[in-house]
Order: sequence, then C-alpha cells, then structure tokens
Amino acid sequence: MEFQFQFDWQAAINSIPYLLKGIPYTLLISFGGLAIGFVLGIIFGLLSINKKWFFRWPATAYIEIFRGTPILVQVLFIFYGLPDLVGGPIDPLTAGIAAIALNSGAYISEVVRGGVQSIDKGQTEAGLSLGLSRSQTFWSIIWPQAFRRMIPPLGNQAIVSIKDTSLFSVIGVGELVRQGQVYIANTFTAFEVYFVVALMYLAITLSLSLVLRLIERRGLASV
Amino acid sequence: MTQIVQMRGMNKYFGTLHVLKEIDLTVDAGEVVVIIGASGSGKSTLIRCVNGLEEFESGKLVVDGNELAPKGGNQKALAEIRKEVGMVFQQFNLFPHLTVKKNIMLAPRKVKEAPEPIASATADRLLNRVGIASQADKYPSHLSGGQQQRVAIARALAMEPRLMLFDEPTSALDPEMIGEVLDVMRELAKEGMTMMVVTHEMGFAREVADRVIYIHEGQIVEEGKPADVFDNPQNERTQAFLSRVLAH
Repeated sequence: MEFQFQFDWQAAINSIPYLLKGIPYTLLISFGGLAIGFVLGIIFGLLSINKKWFFRWPATAYIEIFRGTPILVQVLFIFYGLPDLVGGPIDPLTAGIAAIALNSGAYISEVVRGGVQSIDKGQTEAGLSLGLSRSQTFWSIIWPQAFRRMIPPLGNQAIVSIKDTSLFSVIGVGELVRQGQVYIANTFTAFEVYFVVALMYLAITLSLSLVLRLIERRGLASV
Repeated sequence: MTQIVQMRGMNKYFGTLHVLKEIDLTVDAGEVVVIIGASGSGKSTLIRCVNGLEEFESGKLVVDGNELAPKGGNQKALAEIRKEVGMVFQQFNLFPHLTVKKNIMLAPRKVKEAPEPIASATADRLLNRVGIASQADKYPSHLSGGQQQRVAIARALAMEPRLMLFDEPTSALDPEMIGEVLDVMRELAKEGMTMMVVTHEMGFAREVADRVIYIHEGQIVEEGKPADVFDNPQNERTQAFLSRVLAH
C-alpha cells in the first residue's frame, strides 16, 4: 500500500486568521493569571519563610497542594466543581485565569523563597546595624537583590504557564488550541493546523525569552 | 567620663554551649578597646551583642543610656542603639546593588530622613575622608577589598555613630590591603571615636588601643594597657596565646 502525505501549505495559511483569534485569549489567560500569580507568589513565598508557624504552615499547604496536583485537575475543579460551592456558574475565562494564578502562584512562591534565602545573612545584618528597621532592610536591601536572581526562574514559569493555557481548551475557552480544534473539525487538516498552532506558541515564548534575556543582561550587569 | 557601653554579668548561650560567661566590661567615651583571643573564644559574639545582632540570655547591657533586655527584649532601646552604633564586618557586607555613594546614603536617607542634597554632601565628605572619592559611582564589586572595607567604614560613619564596632575588619583582606584599612581606623581613633575592635592585628592593638582585653572560652581573663598585656601578661592562658600569635 502506498501512502503519500503532502503538507498542504494552502490549508495552513488559510487557518491563520481563524487561529489568531485565539491568541488574545491565550495571552489574557497567561499574563492575567501570571500577574495575580506573581502577587500570590510574593505573599505566600514570604509567608513560607516567616518565623511564625501560623504564617508558615498555611503558606506551605497552599504551595504543596497546587504544585502537587495537575493543573488540568485544578481547572476542571474550578470550572465544574466550584459552581456547586458558590451556587452559580463560573465562566471559562475566569476559571482559566484563576487556575493559572493559583498554579503559577505556588511555583512563584518557591521562586520568591529561594531568591530571598539566597541573599547572604550579612546583608540583613548590615542593614540592621545601620539602624534600618526589619522591613526597611528587607525592601531596600534584600528584595532588590533577590528579585534580580528571581528573573530567570520567573521567566521560566511564565513560559510554562503560557503553555499550560493550552489545556484549557477542555473547558471551552476560545484560546489557541480550542480555535485549532474547531477549525480542524470543519476542514480535517489536523497536521497543518496543529503545526501552525505550535508555531504560534513558539512565537510567543521565543519573544518572551528574548525580552527576558535583555532584562537580565541589563539588571545583572551591576551585581 | 561617660560610659558608652556597660556590661554586667552578661551570659550568652548557643544552645547548650556557654559562649559568654559573666562578662563585666565598660567602655568609656573616646576609648579604643581591642579584643583579642583565639577563634571561637567569643570575641565576635561579644561585640555583636552590643548592637543586638546576637541576643544574650542573662545579665545587663546598657549602650549609651539604652538598656537592652535579655532574649531580644526591649526593641525600642535596640532601635535607638542601632542608630547610634556603627559596625564594620569581616566580609564588608556592602550592598552590591547600590553604587558606593548610594551605599553610604541609604541609612541617612531611610533612618534619619535626611534630604538628598545633605546625604549626598555627607557621602562625598566621607568618601574623601577614607580616600576613595573617585570611586563614588562605581559598584562595590568593582573595588578592591581594601577599598570596599573603607566604603563600609564610611557607610557606618554616615550615621554619625557614638560608637564603632569592628568585627575582624582586616581578616578577609589580602596582606597588601590591610594597611590602608588600619590607617583609616587609626585616624578615627585619633579623632576621638569610641571603638571596640576585634582583631588579630597585634601591632595595631599595641599602637592604637587604650585597653586590650584577652578573652578565652567566653571569659575575660586579662585586661589592661597594651604594654602591660603584651609585655607582661599575668594569666598563663594569655601568655600561651600571645606566644603563639607573636611568634610568627
């Protein structure tokens, strides 16, 4: 049996306008979720290294739960499970942003913890010995140094989260993969369309890598 | 004479290890006290108690009229003390994300809320004084160890401290840079700064100290004028220590 496959360039090109409609959703869910995740990460990351157990334990529980369960299960739980609890439907976009926020927040907490703990104790001692309060010492001495070290792992997390949004096609958000699936259902050009979808993800993540590299080069030059 | 530091029956433990035993010590205004002893004897811990970087378990500690309570009590007194006591560390502990000048301006700006032009002028004056005015806009990592330590001294002086603590300020330096740091400290002593110095530089101790304290296993075993301690030590532990460090 002879089988010949031909990549249908025309089909690939034709799919582009339809697929592009998914990109705003992919970006909105990724970056909206990451922005909230960053705030959660700072809060829970700092709580997780607090001396007091009643701050540390809940933060650690949050981190372990959201790192230790699949993001697909998390978003299904939020979209299908939570409405029973809150007594009303949750729209897919909100569910997607919430899932990215909570999930990336857990990983970013660990990034924040690692960044802060990597700063030499002598820095805190120098700040305190100069008369700065604990919070002044933290925000003007420790945090700026820790943040620079956090940039590469934060970039890493951003890329992971962008790709994670592809799973949210299951709850029907019109993001990139979902758009692709709908298009393929009508044209039966799976190879070409998923190829274009993959290229679009690559375009987003490569642009982000490039921006991060520029920031890193500038930010780390002085340390 | 005003007493800047007063320690009475001070005890400090690291877990079960008794690192400072019944320390009685006073430092008068303008006095330079050099603390010597083997590593692990508790000499660094002793001066780190003065500005509360280490807590003590019992006894009394008064710094410039502010009484610290054991186990980190009395945070208000501690805040006052830290504004009035400068410290220079073995590893410099400069802030690597700030320029030399910003390192010096940080505390006056944040703690004293000094206006920018005044803090800037103070920084320039101090950099001049420690001989590195030309490095003001560089980052610490671009300076030699000796220069970094001089910046650290300037940074502490910017708060106009009543007392300066030096915790082995030359131990992390290459030999050829020790002199430039000791010169700055010598000047400071000459100008009447009250200083507590932990060091292994016996020549400096002999020359600059008003009083030398030898500490052994957490206890002050000998105390006196440098000439007396170095040339005529009474305690046999001091004799043994000095014969070891002065021999080479």
